[in-house]
Amino acid sequence: MLKNITIGQYFPGNTVIHKLDPRIKIIITLLFIISLFIIDNFLPYLFVSIFIFTSIFISKVPFKFILKGLKPLFFIILITFIINVFMTKGEILFEIGPLDVTKEGLKLATFMALRLIFLIIGTSLLTLTTSPISLTDGIERLLNPFKRIGVPAHELAMMMTIALRFIPTLLEETDKIMKAQMARGADFESGNVLKRAKSLVPLLVPLFISAFRRADELALAMEARCYRGGENRTRMKQLILSRRDYIALGISILLLGLIIVDRLL
Amino acid sequence: MSDVMIKLENVTYKYESNENEGVVALNGINLSINKGEFVVILGHNGSGKSTLAKLINALIVPTSGKVYVNGMDTQDEENIWHIRRTAGMVFQNPDNQLVATIVEEDVAFGPENLGIHPKEIRKRVNEALTAVEMEEYKDYAPHLLSGGQKQRIAIAGVLAMKPECIILDEPTAMLDPSGRKEVINTIKKLNREENKTIVHITHYMDEAVEADRVIVMEKGNIILEGTPKTVFSQVEKVKQIGLDVPQVTELAYMLRKEGIDIPQNILTIEELVSAL
Repeated sequence: MLKNITIGQYFPGNTVIHKLDPRIKIIITLLFIISLFIIDNFLPYLFVSIFIFTSIFISKVPFKFILKGLKPLFFIILITFIINVFMTKGEILFEIGPLDVTKEGLKLATFMALRLIFLIIGTSLLTLTTSPISLTDGIERLLNPFKRIGVPAHELAMMMTIALRFIPTLLEETDKIMKAQMARGADFESGNVLKRAKSLVPLLVPLFISAFRRADELALAMEARCYRGGENRTRMKQLILSRRDYIALGISILLLGLIIVDRLL
Repeated sequence: MSDVMIKLENVTYKYESNENEGVVALNGINLSINKGEFVVILGHNGSGKSTLAKLINALIVPTSGKVYVNGMDTQDEENIWHIRRTAGMVFQNPDNQLVATIVEEDVAFGPENLGIHPKEIRKRVNEALTAVEMEEYKDYAPHLLSGGQKQRIAIAGVLAMKPECIILDEPTAMLDPSGRKEVINTIKKLNREENKTIVHITHYMDEAVEADRVIVMEKGNIILEGTPKTVFSQVEKVKQIGLDVPQVTELAYMLRKEGIDIPQNILTIEELVSAL
C-alpha cells in the first residue's frame, strides 16, 4: 500500500526545460514569483500566461499534472476569492443578504485568484521538470556564496539528499512493521480519529528506533568513506551554464522588465 | 615499504559502560596481514571481530596496544584520513551505507570527499562500477536494487577511493544465497585481479574455504589460525567453540569416523569426490 508513493512529483522528460541548469530554473521561478507580485492590473497577466503556457507546452508535461497540483489548493483559492469579493468596499453591484458584492471586490478577487493560480502553476512546473536531486544540487550551489555569512549550504543539501535517499527505505520499513503488528492483532483501520492515532504508537516507536540505528550506522559508514563536511570537497557532476540557460534567463528578465514597465506607466 | 599491510601489536579494546568495569572486546591481539593476502575472520557474535574491523579503519582506537595500517599508526590523528583511504570498509547492512539517491553518485561520494578532480572521479566511478559488474545500473536509485547489488555498489564506493586493502564486516549476513554468491565472487575477483588485500569477516564457513588464511576468534582472542585446510581439519576444536565446518568437511569427517579411509583436510566437493 505504501509502495506507490513517489518522492516529489518529477515528470521525467528530455526537453529543453528539463535540461535547463537547476540553478537557472530556480532563479527563473523566483523572478516569475516576483513578477506576479508586481502586477497591478489585468493586462500583464496576458504576458504571464503566454510565458507559462509556452513553457508547459515545451516541457511536454501533460496539463493534467499541472491541474493536479492546483487541486489541493483549490479551497484556499476559493476562500481568498470569497473573502475578497465580500470584504472590498466600493460600487455595489448586488447584495446577498447582509453582504455586498462590489465591482472592485469582484475585480480584486479575480485578480488575487489568478495570482495564486499562476504562482502554483509556476512552482509546480519547477518541481515537475527538475528531479529532486538536481533541485538539491541547484539549491546548494545557489546558497554557496552565502556560506560566508553563515548559511550552511552544504549541510542543508546533504540533509536533503539523505532524506530523499531514506524516504523509500523507511516507507518499506513502515510497511513491514505494520504487517508485523497486524499479524499480532494490531488494528490500524477502525475506530475514531483518537483511537486510530493511538494505534499508531506501536508503529512509530519501532520505526523511530530503527531510524536512529540507521542514522548511527550511516554516520559511521560516511566517516569510513572519509566524509568530513563540505570543506575541500569536489563534485563529480559539474553544473555548467550553456547557451540555452542564458536564453531562458534572458526571456524571464524580459518578462519581469515588461511587467515593471507596465506598472510604472 | 614493507609487505605488511596491517599489523596489530598486543591490541586490547574495552567498551566503556557505566555499570561495571566495561566489556573487553579484544584481549591482547597480535596479528599481521600481508599485502595481497585474502584473510577470513570467523567468529560468533560478540567474539570481537567487528571491533577488529573498526580498529583497522581508525573508527575506534585501541585501549592499549598499537594498530598499524601500511605503517601508519591509527592513534595519530593526522593519519586518519590516509588510513581510511588505504583500508576501505564495507559494512553489514547495505541500506545503511549508501548515501546518495543515484548509484553513480553514491560511488562518487568517497572520491568527492577526498577532493579529487571531477574528471578523475568520473573515471574512477566508471572503473569501480565495471569492477563490480554494475555498470548498467549506474542511473538506478539504490532502493530499486537487490541486497547483493546494493552491497556490490557499496564495494564499488570503496573501490573508487583506490584503497590497497578492503575490510568487509559481515557483508553477506543480510543477503540471500544468490546475493551472497555475487558478493563473494566480487571479493575474490578483486583479490585475484586487482591484488587488493582483503579482510573478510563472516560467520559463513563456506566463504572461508578459498581464503589464504583463516582466523577464528572467540571472546576477544584468536584461537585458531592457519590455512583453511589446517583450521578445518581440526573439526572437533571448531565444533567445540560452537562454529561449524563447511558441509563437505563435515561429511568427510563423519565418513572417517565410520572407518572410511579419506584424508582429513577436505574442503570442496571436488576434493571429496576424488578422494572417494
